[in-house]
Amino acid sequence: MANQAITADMGHAPAFHLAEEPHHPEGHSTPLGFWLYLMSDCLIFAILFAVYAVLGGNFAAGPSPKDLFDLNLVAVNTAMLLLSSITFGFAMLSMARQRKGATLAWLAVTGLFGLAFLGIELYEFHHMIHLGATPQRSAFLSAFFTLVGTHGLHVTFGTLWLVTLMVQIGRFGLIPANRRRMTCLSMFWHFLDVIWIGVFTIVYLMGMLR
Amino acid sequence: MSVASTSQSILFGKLSLSALPLNEAIVVWTFVVVAIGAVAVLAALTYFRLWGYLWREWFTSVDHKKIGIMYMVLGIIMLLRGFADAVMMRLQQAWAFNGSEGYLNAHHYDQIFTAHGVIMIFFVAMPLVTGLMNYVVPLQIGARDVSFPFLNNFSFWMTTAGAVLVMMSLFIGEFAQTGWLAYPPLSGIDGSPGVGVDYYIWALQIAGVGTTLSGINLICTIIKMRAPGMDMMKMPVFTWTSLCTNVLIVATFPVLTAVLVLLSLDRYVGTNFFTSDLGGNPMMYVNLIWIWGHPEVYILVLPAFGIFSEVTSTFTGKRLFGYTSMVYATVVITILSYLVWLHHFFTMGSGASVNSFFGITTMIISIPTGAKMFNWLFTMYRGRIRFEAPMMWTIAFMLTFVIGGMTGVLLAVPPADFVLHNSLFLVAHFHNVIIGGVLYGLFAGMIYWWPKAFGFRLHPLLGKFSFWFWVIGFWFAFMPLYVLGLMGVTRRLRVFDDPSQQIWFMIAGFGAFLIFLGIVCFLLQIAYSIWKRDELRDETGDPWDGRTLEWATSSPPPAYNFAFTPVVHDNDAWSDMKKRGYQRPLTGYRPIHMPRNTGAGVILAGISLVLGFALIWHIWWLVAVSFVGLIATAIAHTFNYNRDYYIPAEEVTRTEEERTRALAAVGV
Repeated sequence: MANQAITADMGHAPAFHLAEEPHHPEGHSTPLGFWLYLMSDCLIFAILFAVYAVLGGNFAAGPSPKDLFDLNLVAVNTAMLLLSSITFGFAMLSMARQRKGATLAWLAVTGLFGLAFLGIELYEFHHMIHLGATPQRSAFLSAFFTLVGTHGLHVTFGTLWLVTLMVQIGRFGLIPANRRRMTCLSMFWHFLDVIWIGVFTIVYLMGMLR
Repeated sequence: MSVASTSQSILFGKLSLSALPLNEAIVVWTFVVVAIGAVAVLAALTYFRLWGYLWREWFTSVDHKKIGIMYMVLGIIMLLRGFADAVMMRLQQAWAFNGSEGYLNAHHYDQIFTAHGVIMIFFVAMPLVTGLMNYVVPLQIGARDVSFPFLNNFSFWMTTAGAVLVMMSLFIGEFAQTGWLAYPPLSGIDGSPGVGVDYYIWALQIAGVGTTLSGINLICTIIKMRAPGMDMMKMPVFTWTSLCTNVLIVATFPVLTAVLVLLSLDRYVGTNFFTSDLGGNPMMYVNLIWIWGHPEVYILVLPAFGIFSEVTSTFTGKRLFGYTSMVYATVVITILSYLVWLHHFFTMGSGASVNSFFGITTMIISIPTGAKMFNWLFTMYRGRIRFEAPMMWTIAFMLTFVIGGMTGVLLAVPPADFVLHNSLFLVAHFHNVIIGGVLYGLFAGMIYWWPKAFGFRLHPLLGKFSFWFWVIGFWFAFMPLYVLGLMGVTRRLRVFDDPSQQIWFMIAGFGAFLIFLGIVCFLLQIAYSIWKRDELRDETGDPWDGRTLEWATSSPPPAYNFAFTPVVHDNDAWSDMKKRGYQRPLTGYRPIHMPRNTGAGVILAGISLVLGFALIWHIWWLVAVSFVGLIATAIAHTFNYNRDYYIPAEEVTRTEEERTRALAAVGV
């Protein structure tokens, strides 16, 4: 905002106001605002990671990661989420080419990958609880379920948002407001991917090494 | 207590008639008085047909000025509640000697000291600070509104919903009896089986959403919406301190959110984060909550520093001494505030090295703060000081805050802290800095910007009465606590054995009485000034010979703030404009693009309130219904694409010509 050239010749009284309304394109603060929101969300994850780091070894004579984690399943799950990020990228590319149909199709694929991820995660949780590894069993499991579950909850809301946005794009087209929302959701979706990389590394891989 | 009973019905959860504290005479009478007051207010609003006006012009407004004023109203109302709690504590402690139990039972007393802290920080200081930032920052940077006007309205109502939950706990059930930070294991389900801690959690969570969003909003506003020419080092100091405060908000409130989520999981689900068995670690809660809690005190005091800077510079008629160092000091404080949290629990046993680190970082904070103090003093030096009320509050702040700062440095020395920890010395210290720093700043700010918001000044004489009662009352109320703390009296005690201590509590009680008179005078000042507003009227829009852009427009400013976007060439932009003979343009008005009002914020916050209440009382069907309702309403709101409109040029012309006539009438 502050970079418009202002000719303030010494000696002449400079202009103290703009004669024309400055052009603030609608939503010009949204990307920055959404970034700030993501960073605040990142901080919530940072706390959950820190808690997991502190409590992750407190098994309370209960099951440990080696007893519980199935890395093959987690690898498939990770693939689902990474693929969903790629397909979201394709949706963004289609949007840049103004192709509404292709955008919607790629969004649908992304949503399906998201649902597959959630399905596998729920299966994993169900399996663990079935084995008696409930969130109440030990501090390790409390921290595990909360960290992974919070990520899953984010994916759930992302999917809900994705469906909402598909309806809105279907109804109103790729208007500027919807393009802005796509940019935000895209950032959100990739952000969840980055968080998952952290979860995969710190919870699953390093957990197996414990 | 009856509320701790485990019986639950499907329809009402844990809620039953026994949750009403009918056996507490004090609460019942409070309820009667509050209920009569509320009915009277509601009846008056109905009689004068104000509901439509309030809904259209205020509740659904996205105008940052109106939202700012609503924040101030919320903060002042909650100040009365928080102060009532303070008076009750003072009375109890002055009374409960020589075998007397005083007049408050332990269950009630513990709720009072918890509620006092929670209310004063979250629902008095935060709304007042946020309100001033909301009102002033867009005006100071020459903007028409904030970056996200709807979010602003939503944030306000979420804060209000949190305040409403705290107030409900007074009459339905109970509040936490844990102290204002609710340390586990006391705040765990075994230590606190009742609903008190749940009220605490959900009130803070709901209000916290509002605070975080308003932080994001104001950062974006300051980064993106400044008038042309106003680069970062030309921003007014209040805008700078607001920026730093909002950075702190966004960078710390999520920590509070996360730690309260973990506490609620412990309480609702039975996880073991902060329990003492199955691997839980209560000390982690204390660490995490202070990682939020220490920056929080800077969130409150930095805007106050900004206010003092504006006031000192305006009322000495000089540019602020050391603007650059002031900005850097603010930024340094912002960063350092993250590196000191452990000084709140030196006695936890972290070891000498860790304690030394945090003791030293704490002492280092006094350096940038001291630099600020000298900047204010040098601004006043050889200035033409006008002793208007805001300036008096500023001088009182400098005297009071330096003492509070010094006792703070004393507490920062770990060996000294081992002696003074958890004593009344600590209580005296943080009241010394919060009252002397934050509250005095808020009073200075409210009196300073009042004429901008309403177009008339506050009555000076009543303001001076309020000032002297507050300042003298403060010394009477808190100096005895320093003495008692050095004598070894710990905080949060309800009854006392040693009769020699009673006199100090009586002096402190007398101080609270003086502060009461100070608050009465403050309210009288507002009422009397509204009554005599025509005599106190200011048509110029610049009653104090101000220096920053908010004084360039009319008082109160029109909805669009500035008919033309100002262009900035220097610090103290308005002072520069006046000096160089700026003439207000009288023609050539353009239509102005503005955001449209919406009721979505009120509705979403209302549903959140119901959701919080249902969660507190375990009314699961209502939790489900309100949660789905919340999501559905939020989604429905995103289908509203029609969020802005243009104020036609004719309307701008009409408004501005009215101002031209008003200015001509007073000869400007």
